[in-house]
Amino acid sequence: MIASTIRKAVIAALWLAFLTFPLMVVKVNTLKDLVEWRWINLAWVLYSGFFASLVWQVLYQYRKTKKADDEDDPSLQGLSLGDRLMVSLKDPYVLVLLFALAYFVGLYPLVSFEFWRWSCKIALAVLAAKLAYKLFLVKKVRSCSAVMKESPLSKPILFAVLGIAVIYFPFSVDSYQVNIMVLALIYVVLGLGLNITVGLAGLLDLGYIAFFAVGAYTYGLLNTHFGLDFWICLPLGGLIGTFFGVLLGLPILRLRGDYLAIVTLGFGMIAHQVLTNWTDVFKGNLGIHKIERPGFFGMEMDLAQATTYTYFLVVLLVIGTIFVTNRLKDSRIGRAWMALREDEIACVAMGIDMARTKLSAYAFGAFWAGTVGVIFAARNTSINPNSFTFLESAIVLSIVVLGGMGSIFGVIIAALVMMLMPEYLRDIGEYRWLVFGAVMVLMMIFRPQGLIANQRRTYKYEGAKGEES
Amino acid sequence: MEKLLDVRGLTMDFGGLRAVDNVSLEINKGEIVALIGPNGAGKTTFFNCTTGIYTPTGGDVVIHPPGEAEVRINGMKPNRITTLGMARTFQNIRLFPAMTVLENVMIGRHCRTSTDIIGAILRGPNTKKQEKETIEKSYALLEKVGLDHLANEFAKNLPYGAQRRLEIARAMATDPFLLLLDEPAAGMNPQETKELDELIVRIAREEGISILLIEHDMKLVMNISERIYVMEYGKLLAYGPPEEIKNNPKVIEAYLGEEAVHA
Repeated sequence: MIASTIRKAVIAALWLAFLTFPLMVVKVNTLKDLVEWRWINLAWVLYSGFFASLVWQVLYQYRKTKKADDEDDPSLQGLSLGDRLMVSLKDPYVLVLLFALAYFVGLYPLVSFEFWRWSCKIALAVLAAKLAYKLFLVKKVRSCSAVMKESPLSKPILFAVLGIAVIYFPFSVDSYQVNIMVLALIYVVLGLGLNITVGLAGLLDLGYIAFFAVGAYTYGLLNTHFGLDFWICLPLGGLIGTFFGVLLGLPILRLRGDYLAIVTLGFGMIAHQVLTNWTDVFKGNLGIHKIERPGFFGMEMDLAQATTYTYFLVVLLVIGTIFVTNRLKDSRIGRAWMALREDEIACVAMGIDMARTKLSAYAFGAFWAGTVGVIFAARNTSINPNSFTFLESAIVLSIVVLGGMGSIFGVIIAALVMMLMPEYLRDIGEYRWLVFGAVMVLMMIFRPQGLIANQRRTYKYEGAKGEES
Repeated sequence: MEKLLDVRGLTMDFGGLRAVDNVSLEINKGEIVALIGPNGAGKTTFFNCTTGIYTPTGGDVVIHPPGEAEVRINGMKPNRITTLGMARTFQNIRLFPAMTVLENVMIGRHCRTSTDIIGAILRGPNTKKQEKETIEKSYALLEKVGLDHLANEFAKNLPYGAQRRLEIARAMATDPFLLLLDEPAAGMNPQETKELDELIVRIAREEGISILLIEHDMKLVMNISERIYVMEYGKLLAYGPPEEIKNNPKVIEAYLGEEAVHA
């Protein structure tokens, strides 16, 4: 078993090296008519390929056998320490962590990236925790999630800790970090908004960023031309976003699936073109500058304070979005959206007005994009069409898909990861996009339901028979 | 007899193909009526025309909701027709697979409740009350079709027969006075068919919901229906009580075949 796994990994690494040889190793210098042989790259490919194959095999095996979560694995109980170690070593999480650790440690002396050292430490810490749990604690404590579910206090405590962390964050780091976090949180709101359209109502929207642009330009134009205040523009941005949502929603009522995706893609492109080329109004690629930051009863703020203030504004907006989406999800409206996603014909046959339901989902998603667009413009103080390209739409869509369609918590995590990961991986330069792409591919193969699968609410029934569902 | 559904001279063309040709049918209060015919006779097209999925090319579809004025529903949207009180199930099951069993039934309550977006966000006392009623009614319906123990399962995980029953429960959640069942027994084993048979009769007797069903299972049709309409090549071939249909030579030739002649 072990021998065959390693053999397969070696073969995979060699094959990968062979395939990428012309690309990674051979470099033709056309100026000097020389061929450069970059053998160090070969070593990299072999080394990385070997470990990637190991991880792949473990995951693949795990996916095939897919057991229930092993937190309370009965096979661990009553075993001696040595036996437990053996069983633990078969656990896919432990194995993958072990491989990752070996990979990073093997390169430790060679690489000086800060990112590398951190990865190393994190892998070690997680592995140690996992092993310690498996070896010593599994009999004594129940799994963390079980404790969470049972204790009535756990939820308030969790929220309190989270709340303190959120409040403390801007004061513990410099304003550059806060600024990045603001952007990440803006994408959280975008993700949650698109989650309504795509995740709940199943309307694949590839031009979502257009509504974001509507919000941003609403504030940008109204502020620079008419001096309208941030607080007036915030609801206006949302309303105008909604208006465009309805406007664009009307012609696509009859479409679904691929057709809808193409049309919305077109909308996104049109929006970008209009912003770029209608220079009289939108100033083209120059964009709009000197947009005011959000004010607080006319208080004077320096840059750092303004950033912190924006941070708290967007945190409030995130909380609002979560609250509203959560309420809607388990309501008559939310159920209608989901029914629409599941089966359109059955949906109308059950008495649901398809046009209204579709429009409301589309417009409601647009509402959040418009609202958060205003904050985006206020954060950047200058906007131009390059912030609203198809790539941004694709990123927001990836956030929804990676997070788990319809799952609020998953979307938040995914948005933070998607926006912060490239930022904190800057150490490894352009390779970060490679890591980023690889993570997305692997996610879709091994966890197609997203980080956190959408859980359906269960209802309890205390009716005539007093039964519990 | 109080007429509930009155279809007169219904015709449906798809390009040059006449799928339903001048078919008339009526259903009275409390009746179980069956529509039979060989494959491709136009039964499902007839259903789709009456429930608004298609707009018929000709003829009238008129419904008489009890205690209300009659309505001509040609070309009306399906959701309006369901709201008026005529619900249906599908030949190829069309549930909402990634929603729970209870939620599937709760969807049926959609057109009888009124919470809007603002109401759902604020979740005031009215919304809460409505939500509670929805859950209770849906649960009661699940009990009626015997699926209450599966309320929180995903619909896609149900066995085939249970999915059929869930579809019926979901249609009943819209408070219909007339239920249109499109081959409810398709793919069921004899035991399941028998249970379904009882369920349909119970719905008609206890709930006072009239039923029009398309069915291939002759035993089921002959057992429970009070009148039978027979279609062939889009045309109405015959109609009458089961005994008469059984002995009608035209029907025997077209549909029931040799087997029935000797039965």
